[in-house]
Amino acid sequence: MMKFLKRFYLAIIFIFLYAPIAALMVLSFNSSKYMSRFDGFSLKWYEAMFSSDLIMSALKTTLVIALISAVVSTVIGTAACIGINRMKRKPRAIVMGLNNIPMVNAEIVTGISLMLCFIAFGVSLGFGTILVSHITFCIPYVILSVMPKIKQLEPSTYEAALDLGASPFRAFWQVVLPDIRPGVLSGFLMAFTMSLDDFIITHFTKGAGVNTLSTLIYSEVRKGIKPSLYALSTVMFLAVLVLLVIANLPKGKKEFAKEI
Amino acid sequence: MGKKSLAAPYIVWMVGFIIIPLLFVVYYGLTDRAGAFTLENLAAIASPEKVRALLRSLKLSVFSTAICLVLAYPLAMILKGLHVKKGSFVVFLFILPMWMNFLLRTMAWQTLLDKNGVVNNVLAFFHLPGLHIINTEAAIIFGMVYNFLPFMILPIYNVLIKIGDDTVEAARDLGADGVQTFFRVIFPLSMPGIVSGITMVFVPALTTFVISDLLGGGMVLLIGNVIEQEFTFTANWNLGSGLSLVLMVFILISMVLFAKYDRDGEGAVM
Amino acid sequence: MNDTPLIRLDKISKTFDRTKTSEGTMVLDELELSIKENEFMTLLGPSGCGKTTTLRIIGGFEKPDTGRVYFEGADITDLAPNKRQLNTVFQKYALFSHMNIAENIAFGLKIKGKTKSYINDKIRYALKLVNLDGYERRSVASLSGGQQQRIAIARAIVNEPRVLLLDEPLGALDLKLRQDMQYELIRLKNELGITFIYVTHDQEEALTMSDTIVVMNQGYIQQMGTPEDIYNEPENAFVADFIGDSNIIGGLMIEDKLVEIFGVKFPCVDTGFGVRKPVDVVIRPEDVELLPEGEGRLSGVVTHVIFKGVHYEMEVMAGDFEWLVHSTVCHPVGAKVGIGVDPFNIQIMKKPESEDEEAVGVNG
Repeated sequence: MMKFLKRFYLAIIFIFLYAPIAALMVLSFNSSKYMSRFDGFSLKWYEAMFSSDLIMSALKTTLVIALISAVVSTVIGTAACIGINRMKRKPRAIVMGLNNIPMVNAEIVTGISLMLCFIAFGVSLGFGTILVSHITFCIPYVILSVMPKIKQLEPSTYEAALDLGASPFRAFWQVVLPDIRPGVLSGFLMAFTMSLDDFIITHFTKGAGVNTLSTLIYSEVRKGIKPSLYALSTVMFLAVLVLLVIANLPKGKKEFAKEI
Repeated sequence: MGKKSLAAPYIVWMVGFIIIPLLFVVYYGLTDRAGAFTLENLAAIASPEKVRALLRSLKLSVFSTAICLVLAYPLAMILKGLHVKKGSFVVFLFILPMWMNFLLRTMAWQTLLDKNGVVNNVLAFFHLPGLHIINTEAAIIFGMVYNFLPFMILPIYNVLIKIGDDTVEAARDLGADGVQTFFRVIFPLSMPGIVSGITMVFVPALTTFVISDLLGGGMVLLIGNVIEQEFTFTANWNLGSGLSLVLMVFILISMVLFAKYDRDGEGAVM
Repeated sequence: MNDTPLIRLDKISKTFDRTKTSEGTMVLDELELSIKENEFMTLLGPSGCGKTTTLRIIGGFEKPDTGRVYFEGADITDLAPNKRQLNTVFQKYALFSHMNIAENIAFGLKIKGKTKSYINDKIRYALKLVNLDGYERRSVASLSGGQQQRIAIARAIVNEPRVLLLDEPLGALDLKLRQDMQYELIRLKNELGITFIYVTHDQEEALTMSDTIVVMNQGYIQQMGTPEDIYNEPENAFVADFIGDSNIIGGLMIEDKLVEIFGVKFPCVDTGFGVRKPVDVVIRPEDVELLPEGEGRLSGVVTHVIFKGVHYEMEVMAGDFEWLVHSTVCHPVGAKVGIGVDPFNIQIMKKPESEDEEAVGVNG
């Protein structure tokens, strides 16, 4: 009985989380352009999506920014974790407090502050300012996922690699990195996801002429969103799902093989 | 291992793009358009319209945070009971929806919650009364809970899985029954997760302008909407910054709470 | 063996500053140490005595604040660990868990760019040497603690180091395995013919394996010598107390070869401590002879008896002092006994002159 209740509760929560996603997917095949009615199956929004320069360029901007900010924030964040781990208690607490600011502060304030700063220094808002802003709010996520791995790290494995003749760089690359890889990877994915899904900070730092998917969607809210955007998000969601499943398959097999 | 200097790029970046921009907010918030010092921008919060928006924001965010906590805690307990592998897969399922644009996901609730929408059809099927919350404060609370629930679940789950079975067994061994074990051992130990979950939900709920825009039909103004309009619509940066400073006072209060329960200063957030 | 030392530590000092408020802890103070080629040297002492820091300075993982490290006369103080002709076996093995056994052992050789066949030969040779033939493809996680330790040793020795540094390598193993590994290490040392520097806090390990033992406490060398020297002729109360059990009793040196304890004169063999000078007298528990009541120089009463397998451990109250006695003959609690000691088994030590010296010498 208890077990059933637990499963039922889990199921309800998941329906709650996934219902809008299912709705969007269904609506992307709707031949009507109204959200409230399903008139029949159609692929026309998919065609419209691919032929829309506006959507395609927003998609490209979104992906490029997510990728670059994930890479840069992963590199800066991972290096920072190693450095922070070597610090003494006090400076370390200060730096980790600094790290909490963008996570705890309101996104709207972060966005406004970056905008004011860019404008004050005469930087014109656009692709570059979005990128810098995204890296800024992504780094803390990388730090939070890499830091625990760095702390768990047995310092003697790094020393053992040096002892066996490896240069510090090689020791990091061949011995330390494989140990912290899960943390680095999840930090990277986290950063990529956060950048991809961000609206508020982009809204304030984007300037005219540049759009990510979020800001494009927001600008269309009042005009009435075209279902081609549902089609796009359906494609993206499924693409990610497939990628993640593929990425997890060979690993699963390997682990299975190890167990027998 | 490694060198402290590896943290240098990070520190430079964070100071340059977190601290300095925040100083600009302080500067604009405390000056008028001519650049002279003034407290008017802060005092502007006292105008009836803004007080209403702030109080409404506080009310809605407190409600949605409380609902998130009530929903998330049992869920985190259930997840803790699963096998680690299965558990981490389920946790992954909470992050997955983020891969679909959150504006669209929130918009979709408009369709689902419509008078003739899916939700009401399902409710009618079970002979339950329908929900008519579109364009009301209730819809905004609904949207907040929907968007921020994972941020309550994950920190609580992360703290709960660190509580070892031996801790629980020790409590049982010392004579505590299931309920006592929960209230005297598990719950107090999970406090850091709860506090960081509350912060992670309360702050974005307090400051959002998007959810109210999308689900309030433009009828419900929150403090976030007021500030956003000062920047994008009326272009009064000084007033907008001043209101942001007021907002940050509320955030600071929750940060102090956050720091108090997070002794490492390293966050139990993810 | 030639006379120039293989490794020489010259006035090494090291302080760790843990907090801003305190001045920091002095770990090593002007340490001087020479290690000969092909020696099995053990650094022995309680935790915090500076033995591991000394090893890490030799390995290159710590830099001394002052002082130099010489290897065959060349200054290697500033040389990076990966450039030194020595290898380390770490306390927790530090195996690379994402590599299999063969990859772990091959790590150092691949860096040196050795050929595949050379590496494979070496792996097979090293695994044979540590009695783990055929373990090439196994994962680190599938090995027991003792096996992981052997792999850690194999991984170090394939690089043909001139010196092998071992940092409490047996610390994580259980007693029986630890004893087996002690013999194993001695065998390895003889087969390889290289220098071992071994760090431990276990005095039995040190006595079993070493050519030379360096007893350290609070950053100073307390005594250096063969295991027999250290055990039979401890130079101060710290060494006497740390190595084996002992009775350390305050006494008065009446003249050469005669010492007074508890008002009773005991003949001994030590000379050169002066006339009527206070001294510390060390008597090992197995050297205390229990005689029938009335015989011997002191009389006492047995207060505790514990059976230890090979012998009985007894405590005997005599002359206001609780004597620790090991004997194969059991005297029941309450039995009145006489106490005698052979002059050769009385070890006289100078009493520390000042408080400071005492702190350095005795407090662990």
